[in-house]
Amino acid sequence: MQGTSFLSLAIWVPIVAGFAVLTTGSDRHATVARVVALVGALLGFVVTLPLYAGFDPRLSGFQFVQLKPWIEAFNVHYHLGIDGISLLLILLNSFTTVLVVIAGWQVIQERVAQYMAAFLFLSGFMNGVFSALDGLLFYVFFEATLIPMFVIIGIWGGPNRVYAAVKFFLYTFLGSVLALIALIYLYNVSGGSFALADWYALPLPLDAQILIFIAFFAAFAVKVPMWPVHTWLPDAHVEAPTGGSVVLAAIMLKLGGYGFLRLSLPIVPDGSQYMAGFVIALSLIAVVYIGLVALVQSDMKKLIAYSSISHMGFVTLGIFIFNAQGIEGAVIQMISHGFVSGALFLCVGVLYDRLHSRQISDYGGVVNRMPVFAALFMLFAMANSGLPGTSGFVGEFLVVLGSVKANFWYAFAAATTLVFGAAYTLWMYKRVIFGAVANTHVAHLQDINLREFLVLGLLAIVVLWMGLYPAPFAEVLHVAVDDLIAHVMQGKLSAP
Amino acid sequence: MQFIQPLWPAFPELFLLLAVCVVLIADLFVSDENRIVTYGLTQASLIGCVFLILAWSRPEPVYTFSGMFVGDLMSGVLKLFICLTIMLVLAYARPYAAARGLFRGEFFALVLFATLGMMVMVSANHLLVLYLGLELMMLSTYAMVALQRDSAVATEAAMKYFVLGALASGMLLYGMSMIYGATGTLEITELAQIIGEGAVGPRNAVLIFGLVFIVAGIGFELGVVPFHMWVPDVYHGAPSAVTLFVSTAPKLAGFALLVRLLAQALGADVLVIEWQQMLTVMAVLSLVIGNVTAIVQTNLKRMLAYSTISHMGFVLLGALAGDANGFSAAMFYMVVYVLTNLGAFGMLLLLSRSGFEADRLDDFKGLNQRSPWYAFIMLLIMFSMTGIPPTVGFYAKLAVLQSVLSVGFIGVAVVAVLFSVVGAFYYLRLVKLMYFDAPQDTAPITPDGDVKVLMSLNGAAVLLFGIVPQPLMALCLYSIQASL
Repeated sequence: MQGTSFLSLAIWVPIVAGFAVLTTGSDRHATVARVVALVGALLGFVVTLPLYAGFDPRLSGFQFVQLKPWIEAFNVHYHLGIDGISLLLILLNSFTTVLVVIAGWQVIQERVAQYMAAFLFLSGFMNGVFSALDGLLFYVFFEATLIPMFVIIGIWGGPNRVYAAVKFFLYTFLGSVLALIALIYLYNVSGGSFALADWYALPLPLDAQILIFIAFFAAFAVKVPMWPVHTWLPDAHVEAPTGGSVVLAAIMLKLGGYGFLRLSLPIVPDGSQYMAGFVIALSLIAVVYIGLVALVQSDMKKLIAYSSISHMGFVTLGIFIFNAQGIEGAVIQMISHGFVSGALFLCVGVLYDRLHSRQISDYGGVVNRMPVFAALFMLFAMANSGLPGTSGFVGEFLVVLGSVKANFWYAFAAATTLVFGAAYTLWMYKRVIFGAVANTHVAHLQDINLREFLVLGLLAIVVLWMGLYPAPFAEVLHVAVDDLIAHVMQGKLSAP
Repeated sequence: MQFIQPLWPAFPELFLLLAVCVVLIADLFVSDENRIVTYGLTQASLIGCVFLILAWSRPEPVYTFSGMFVGDLMSGVLKLFICLTIMLVLAYARPYAAARGLFRGEFFALVLFATLGMMVMVSANHLLVLYLGLELMMLSTYAMVALQRDSAVATEAAMKYFVLGALASGMLLYGMSMIYGATGTLEITELAQIIGEGAVGPRNAVLIFGLVFIVAGIGFELGVVPFHMWVPDVYHGAPSAVTLFVSTAPKLAGFALLVRLLAQALGADVLVIEWQQMLTVMAVLSLVIGNVTAIVQTNLKRMLAYSTISHMGFVLLGALAGDANGFSAAMFYMVVYVLTNLGAFGMLLLLSRSGFEADRLDDFKGLNQRSPWYAFIMLLIMFSMTGIPPTVGFYAKLAVLQSVLSVGFIGVAVVAVLFSVVGAFYYLRLVKLMYFDAPQDTAPITPDGDVKVLMSLNGAAVLLFGIVPQPLMALCLYSIQASL
């Protein structure tokens, strides 16, 4: 099982499927494009299942490793492998791609082939990021994700899509070019190697570690996004089509958190510890301040976007308190947020497709017309506010638990999110769903059809499963997280 | 030194010279409607050249004409790329030139003469031979820019090009004479030897004076700030087919000029420090001015001209490392630049038709709706120029940044990447026009079969060399290592 190249399949099956979808050509063959895309996405998900089945959670180090020379001139290798953290994110990614393809089935009527192909490419690239063990390979996949996302927002987005697309691209590109410099610097000082394992073992003086940390931070903080470099996210979310928002929130934001775990912490552990206070401060600002900002939003998508930033603050907080609960909580929070925010964006998409408005004030009393939808939406809103029994609770609880160990006041500030999160989510829910039927448009709403029910239902199952029985998700993490903590705590300073 | 030296390193040049004469004479007997015969002969002579280059390339440098001419691996590789580029240029330019009365015998003769000049430059081992090759190339190019006699813009561009070019040639020649005064020789290998032995060093004011003029000459030839004034005007004023030519193959020859003069003749460690500073200033200024000015352009040709200036800044960044690693990065960057620029200008020619120049940015609006395939190719080209993987442009930037960082110029590398973010803006704008906007021009795009195939190959190369960059990178590295 370990010998077969399922990781390569997880990357290349969606990409090849994307090209196949593109060849179906114009919108006259839209149905063919949709079917090919669905088959591709399903295949892409199926090939990731053996990864979970064959993964041995007791082993430390990377599994399913593949190592082939790629660019000899720079000693770059096509080096893949996963640990528990990447395993979960790959599964999340491939699963979400299937949902996105189904969700865009009827909504997207223009340039269908290109839409579907862009998501499949994106899925392949992101699996590449999550499984790359070579610094340059990581960067190549990391950057390549920008192209399809730029096109998705720009073509199928809302009225202000061009502004949002360009802002998204330039913001994230600016962050990542600095990381590129750090990668090349590491290549030079490690004597010409891009292998992450070599960099993990490489001793570095503290000032170099801090500079490298800052360079990586520029890339990953923008991606997460952390306060104050978060401003691209609400714009991108509001303008992106539903599928774009789902992928953006569910997976692309995780590239940042994953980057911290895979690059920043192990490569520059002392630099990370040195800068931890700063990162924690930014994370807490995100949790509290952005939580308050979310409260006053009148646009549903914007509200969920700010809620995402606030939840991502939890992730970075968990990572930088350097204990097992914190990091495990952060990873679980990433996965859970992937499902929950994806589901919330889909819910908003369901409403938007019917009324073409995302303003909270245009709705009210939706439950009278769409009871099934209201029930599912309720579950996701509860999960977003961190209700026990849903997936949202597990991660938040672990992070708060971890931060009490580090510092009581961290935990105190972080725990306010349980109040704010509940406030903004449930208040929005109340205004949209409950009350009397607000206007004639709402009065003519149709409840969700089978396709929408399938998508939201699947997500609901996962959200409940993660909340009630998180063990299958958590147990694959233990060894990876423990190894990471041990490595970070040991440090690897060299004389300046 | 041997008395009878082998002539074979110069076989491609000799063959091309013969071929130009044949083309010139044959063209006299060809009527206007059969001009395609001249075109065929031109392409055939270039193909012949390619075969000769492939057959007569040796890894070890071989000198001939009393050491004035060298056949080494770098010259072989560059000549090969030059010939292939010219073939592609001619193929892209054919429909455009035919529709505008440029499809004449002189055009082909001038292109071939310019090619000959470039090939001589690439193989020169003597400052005067280098200069001769440069002049042959430049004089042919001036004439090509002015080929559209009734166009005032083109004539103005040619005039400007000629005056500034003559000034730059003068500077280069003046620098060479200084160097001759300081060292007593013009032969590149001897120069390197004399300076390397320390007989004439950086304390020699005449030598340093000469070096400054030589760097200025190189700066003009590559079009880097502050010697960049001609670039936008010539790119804009010349007929697009000629712009395609000017912006591609001569840059490869310009790279050879850089290597022969700075890496070989004046490459001793004591002198590297001297020209490193000059190159740093020129490179950083080019990145800043090129990228910032390109943002406000509305004409695609001018925008690409400023983008060229910034790319040449990157090439200089590679060169300023001063070692084989740096020069091979610069060479790789140059080859990639030529590949992407061929595609960009080729697309501009492809969208132009009789009586319509697709040289405004707005002419690309909605290209995705008119032709998804060409829009996709242009998208790849633009992202390659930005330096986004998985296109080949990323590896070019990577190689250059690696060489800059390996000599410790971290600040310069940071400036370079920050200004490539600025550059990303105007490349993205073209993508935006093609993908997000509705088309203004709805005429069907019907390129000829050969252009269609070549353009597709061009676009595919940008992506394929991005997925498998190793062969091209290794070729550049190996050829520079074997020649320095």
